[in-house]
Amino acid sequence: MFGKLTWSAIPFDQPIPLITSIVLILVILGVLALVTVRGWWGMLWREWITSVDHKRIGIMYGLLGVVMLVRGFADAVMMRSQQAFAVGAHRGYLAPEHYDQIFSAHGTIMIFFAAMPLVIGFMNFVTPLQLGVRDVAFPTLNSVSFWLTASGALLVNISLFVGEFARTGWLPYPPLSESAYSPGVGVDYYLWAIQISGIGTLMTGINFVTTVLKLRCPGMSYLRMPMFCWTTLASSLLIVAVFPILSATLAMLSLDRVFGWHYFTSDAGGNPMMFMNLIWAWGHPEVYILVLPAFGIFSEVFSTFSGKPLFGYRSMVAATLFICIVAMMTWLHHFFTMGSGPAVNTAFGISTSVIAVGTGVKIYNWIFTMYGGRVRMTVPMLWSLGFIFTFVIGGMTGVLLAVPPADFLVHNSMFLVAHFHNVIVGGVVFALFAGLDYWFPKAFGFRLHEGWGKAAFWLAFIGFWVTFVPLYWLGMLGMTRRLQHVWIPEWGPLLDWSLAGVAILVAGAAAQVIMLVVSIRQRDRRRDTTGDPWDGRSLEWATPSPPPFFNFAQLPDVEGEEAYWTIKLRALESQRLDPEPHYQAVEMPVNSAVGFFTAFFATVTGFSLIWHIWWLAGLGLLGAFVGFVFFAWRDVHEFHVPAEEVARADRARRAARTALLGERGAEAAAS
Amino acid sequence: MTACLSGCLSGCSPSLLDGVGPVGRDDAHIFLDALAIMLVIVVPTILLALWVAWRYRAGNANAVYLPHWSYSGRIEAVTWSIPILTILFIGGVIWIGSYRLDPFRPLPGPAPIEVQVVSLDWKWLFIYPGEGIATVNELVVPAGRPVHFSITSASVFNVFFVPRLGSMIYAMPGMVSQLHLQADRPVELFGQSSHFSGDGFSDMHFAVKSVDPAHYAAWLAAARRGPALDRPMYDALARQSGNLPVLAFGRVDPGLFHAVAMQQVPPAPGPQPGSIAHGGREAGGRH
Ligand code: HEM
Ligand SMILES: [Cu+2]
Repeated sequence: MFGKLTWSAIPFDQPIPLITSIVLILVILGVLALVTVRGWWGMLWREWITSVDHKRIGIMYGLLGVVMLVRGFADAVMMRSQQAFAVGAHRGYLAPEHYDQIFSAHGTIMIFFAAMPLVIGFMNFVTPLQLGVRDVAFPTLNSVSFWLTASGALLVNISLFVGEFARTGWLPYPPLSESAYSPGVGVDYYLWAIQISGIGTLMTGINFVTTVLKLRCPGMSYLRMPMFCWTTLASSLLIVAVFPILSATLAMLSLDRVFGWHYFTSDAGGNPMMFMNLIWAWGHPEVYILVLPAFGIFSEVFSTFSGKPLFGYRSMVAATLFICIVAMMTWLHHFFTMGSGPAVNTAFGISTSVIAVGTGVKIYNWIFTMYGGRVRMTVPMLWSLGFIFTFVIGGMTGVLLAVPPADFLVHNSMFLVAHFHNVIVGGVVFALFAGLDYWFPKAFGFRLHEGWGKAAFWLAFIGFWVTFVPLYWLGMLGMTRRLQHVWIPEWGPLLDWSLAGVAILVAGAAAQVIMLVVSIRQRDRRRDTTGDPWDGRSLEWATPSPPPFFNFAQLPDVEGEEAYWTIKLRALESQRLDPEPHYQAVEMPVNSAVGFFTAFFATVTGFSLIWHIWWLAGLGLLGAFVGFVFFAWRDVHEFHVPAEEVARADRARRAARTALLGERGAEAAAS
Repeated sequence: MTACLSGCLSGCSPSLLDGVGPVGRDDAHIFLDALAIMLVIVVPTILLALWVAWRYRAGNANAVYLPHWSYSGRIEAVTWSIPILTILFIGGVIWIGSYRLDPFRPLPGPAPIEVQVVSLDWKWLFIYPGEGIATVNELVVPAGRPVHFSITSASVFNVFFVPRLGSMIYAMPGMVSQLHLQADRPVELFGQSSHFSGDGFSDMHFAVKSVDPAHYAAWLAAARRGPALDRPMYDALARQSGNLPVLAFGRVDPGLFHAVAMQQVPPAPGPQPGSIAHGGREAGGRH
């Protein structure tokens, strides 16, 4: 009846997961109770869960990403403390069966359910605003994408309480991940969670390629798009190119596991090396899917806070597209040590270091963006400078790993772990925090507290280096990754040092929380009434903060590379806004529950496939199909926002802008 | 420079850069060459970034403000050339290094000792086909002689790695990898698996002893007195277990390695019902 599922799946005898699960369940119940008591269900359903507004979806992605970032960070704290305690004869407090799940869950959650949702969240919130349009190309599909991602995240977290998670690392290499060596449900949780969220990501890619190619406001030619839009396009193109490889590879592994087939087994004609090739043909582009939009965020920040256009804009576009293409030609550097032979290793070593050219050009262009500027040391700017310092060093160790004989010494070592955290934390996570501070006023209408923001930056920056320098060092001493205990006592002090770094990182995370709490409590004082808190240059700053759901009363008409800057300069020179347009009714897509329903049934299906409850899987698929049919039968897709409502919103915006014009004019006259 | 850097790095335990044989030293050399090339560009770049940010800070009245300056063909030519030039150098290092340090390439010098390596869950089996002996979790080699390793796995992927001897390479079921290493002087090292292979992975390290010829002969003689490695014994070894003491076998079937690599001996069974690693997972499993 319930396949492999029995009561023994609940970890009654394991205090750590049991207590964690109970606390989590209590927190969730508490939130649900609060929502019920306050009577927020209707509002949540209408304005968030069924919303197809790209800004709302972007914010929900952000929320999901932040929650998962905390979960992944908790795993990291456990790993670092376990290794610090389990030196020499000690075995620490996490048995191997448990520790192996933690590093697998940490990597999986951080990449798929923290970094990806946060990056996609920014793409959602920012790209349509910067392009001067009212939504993405397929708004309902966008909601489906989000809810499928959330469904995958839910499945990973259910594994904490029901069954187990994979013990095979964030990429489940066969033969270890085949049913002969991993007979439990852990790998299945991994496979179905990633399969479901992967479909969501693929649809996001399709959506944003179409949006950028097809939905730009009048005058917004390709070479006038802000850098962030270019990186959204490049990242989405990579998603469309490589996520199908991921789905196919994981599907083949599932077929091996469920039906005993032999794609990747080591016997009966299967070939595990094929898995490594395929998974990295997705995996390497994946890191650029994450880091290209991060580069986009830094480009916006450097230009805005230097008070200058981005230096070498066309070069930046070229470098982005260059990286996008070369990223698909480097995957073999993840297994130089598999013995492919010198010719193959040479080719992939060189293609890998060639990527550094594109990245190097970008670094110089950011530096020259600051050159001749008036650099304001705001919180986003601090993250961006911290990024240059950290990322350049991470890039350097990456080039070392791209030299095959050097990789023969440090492949899979703590040096490697330090390297990829160096680029992924220094590149992606720093960008996310920069972007959070930068676009927060646009999304929520008030600014974040600057002092706590700076404290958070310095703690994260220092904490990062204190944590990871010892790991580089341990790698040079020969320590390999994924060790549950460490048998060489001399390595103990370095592991302690790294744990001290994690303590600083915890303080940094606390500073972020305090920053949010303080800012929310002071929100009335911190309001951004102008819509343009940073003296911005692209079109999102032409809207009020937060923007109305239709974004623009009238789509802007872009002249020049920096759309909003041009409009602003014209207004400043003439000391008045462009004449009021003739307001017309606006058509917006209606809300839809199809995303939520699809994801609900996807979760049911995924869960039953994991536990081999075949009848329930059939029901789940049927439910999802019925939801889709209902949606397809829908007659009304759009509703009218009457011209008066549009006019009212826009007149308020114009009043605020006119006031600002007076202020900025007076400032200019005074200086 | 190698000695100095490795000295500073190692503290009390010696580092990878402190190679004890030609391969280890050459790998380290290439590592340091590439590092030096990269530092030449990385350090100035970081300093430039910090200087520009400081010099053009908003409060600095001495710095000129060029609000429209966003293009310079000459600077762009330089910003593309610097990384390209660096990568040309690195590309040369990659090319030459990959051929010179190809793990499959035999080392010059006297005829190599043959050692066959089988990774098992979670221990290493070393077969010396020329001597007819085998060991578990201990590798003894004569100093100054090249060693030719043929490496396979009886279960999942592992990586055979002796940090200060030099290059690592995958141990894969159904396949044989080749690796040539040499220790120049008597020394005690450790080896390990550098690829996660399951719950007992942390115990997959082994002792490595490079000894002078006299000691090597004595060690061989002692090993020959050990029990035979027959099929029942091999099957027992193939079952999942960790933290095994060092074992030595005085006789071993000369075809064993080939049979394992070609999977004529069935692959190691993996977790069995009732074993800790198995943990009753069909019926749910545990954290
Ligand atoms: C700054 C806080 C973080 C700390 C202290 C941390 C720490 C660690 C540690 C200790 C490991 C395991 C190393 C080993 O197995 O020996 C690990 C693995 C990993 N981390 Fe992190 N991490 C952090 C943030 C991140 C972020 C932000 C990401 C990605 C967005 C990430 C991605 C990964 C991945 C993919 C792995 C590999 C997992 C595996 O072995 O399968 N980490 N991290
Ligand atoms: Cu890669």
